[in-house]
Amino acid sequence: MEWLHPNEVQALLLSLKVSIWATLVSLPLGVFVAYLLARRSFPGKQLLNGIVHLPLILPPVVTGYLLLVTFGTQGVIGAALKEVGLIFAFRWTGAALAAGIMAFPLMVRSIRLSLEAVDPKLEQAASTLGASRVWVFATVTLPMILPGILTGTILAFAKAMGEFGATITFVSNIPGQTQTLPSAIYAFLQVPGGESSAFRLVVISVVIAMSALLASEILARRVARRISGT
Amino acid sequence: MTLSVSLKHRFQGIDLDVAFEAPPGLTVLFGRSGSGKTTVINAVAGLLKPEKGRVAVDDWILLDTAAAQFLPSHKRRLGYVFQEGRLFPHLNVRQNLLYGRWFAPKTGAGEDMGKVVEMLGIGHLLDRRPAGLSGGEKQRVAIGRALLANPRLILADEPLAALDEGRKAEILPYFERLRDEVAIPILYVSHSAIEVARLATTVVALEGGKVLRQGAAVEVLGDPMFTPTGVRAVGAILEARVRAHHPDGLTELDANGVPLFLPRVSQTVGAQVRVRIAAQEVMLAKTRPEGLSALNILPGTIEVIRPGDGPGMIVSVRTQAGPVLARITRRSADALGLAPGVFCHAVVKTVAIAPEDIGAPLG
Repeated sequence: MEWLHPNEVQALLLSLKVSIWATLVSLPLGVFVAYLLARRSFPGKQLLNGIVHLPLILPPVVTGYLLLVTFGTQGVIGAALKEVGLIFAFRWTGAALAAGIMAFPLMVRSIRLSLEAVDPKLEQAASTLGASRVWVFATVTLPMILPGILTGTILAFAKAMGEFGATITFVSNIPGQTQTLPSAIYAFLQVPGGESSAFRLVVISVVIAMSALLASEILARRVARRISGT
Repeated sequence: MTLSVSLKHRFQGIDLDVAFEAPPGLTVLFGRSGSGKTTVINAVAGLLKPEKGRVAVDDWILLDTAAAQFLPSHKRRLGYVFQEGRLFPHLNVRQNLLYGRWFAPKTGAGEDMGKVVEMLGIGHLLDRRPAGLSGGEKQRVAIGRALLANPRLILADEPLAALDEGRKAEILPYFERLRDEVAIPILYVSHSAIEVARLATTVVALEGGKVLRQGAAVEVLGDPMFTPTGVRAVGAILEARVRAHHPDGLTELDANGVPLFLPRVSQTVGAQVRVRIAAQEVMLAKTRPEGLSALNILPGTIEVIRPGDGPGMIVSVRTQAGPVLARITRRSADALGLAPGVFCHAVVKTVAIAPEDIGAPLG
């Protein structure tokens, strides 16, 4: 990658690390929340639905500010987590947290949609054949929602790669620490002569986002075909 | 093994209150849609929790609300055949068949995979996906899947209702074999008089959430008072033996010494068969008719006459071959002076007995 400046490579690698962590950690939680929203009725369901979707409609800077207040070293949760050695403020972990939260609604939406398309009668049939609730989920529900999970994961990854507002508000823009791809582009545009660096990173961003979308389309289609058996 | 069920449940406007027993063999829960049949079978399956009730197979309790016992579906050791098959689309036929086996206790001899596959004729389908199967093939796989779960109770909820006539005729014999070869109770929901006549050992007729009638199939279907799905569907069953296949395409049966002629049946000479004779295809004559094209004339004595709401009535005739029901007009009954105890002849056209009315007998 000689055509990239070390600063640019650093931003790219950090962005990948942040996005991969954000996506992987939120995936099980996303499946769980999607399941709750699609299949269960419980008090506070609409509240949960609202909270999950909030990052989609709030200005990202507001989400970032709220993260700073709660997960900062002085924040309610941040202070407690600091005791166990987990610090978010001005670290890459904080960038991952911000990216994960911003991407979460996209992931949950896509998994929830595919869950709602699974016929509960098939799950009933599985339970009459001796499968407990956990087994029904693992052997019938999960394989059938795989396309939705794939799409959701890749969308969330792409969203995490592009997250800017909440990240810069929460963890600032420290090269090598919290400077992700979008933050780096922003920083390069602020200094004279930075346009060419910014442009190269813009191209990389576009390529990553497009590949992610294409990959999710192809994978989801292939899996769906395998599942329906046609 | 006997399944005993008693349930009380209020559900979608139906006040369900039933109690019945299903002995070994096939028990048909019979009634119109809205009579509560599906609610009953789903309560037996554990897919629905009734307000009050008790369900047990011998002394193994599946549900007892009085003792706050509720065994979840997956612990009830069921083989449930649904109306729409409900095969798992992401698994191939072999994996579908073996699905229940993963969860069945490993001890105890279950049905042998090879035997079941052969009985159902699905060997050539094992590597296919359900999406590519016909309706009849799907239902055969669903039956196999239920059997291979090593069940203690087989349930079937209108398993033929989604099939066309040809496919129904294809699947019916498998349920006959199940009834005759499997030692566990089968609870079968249906609104079809033909399926009852072909399959039932025991009939439990439901109407408006109550048990209208329960008992042995031959007895219940031969009773003119029993018309749960309307007078058009009434028809008694005769049990007979195949005596000969004649070269002109007819089969001669021997029903307790009385010859019966029908269009050629597939059963071999000597085989036991059940024949359903639809009441509206039967004529009654005071004297033995001469110069008549109908080949089957069964002499007997009138037992009961049930007047209907309209111009028709249903007459039960006790013949040597068994009970026969005839649906005739009130005017004819008056003209002939028909009354209980009167001797008459029941006349049945050979071609009025359809192939789907002829089935294997009770084992």
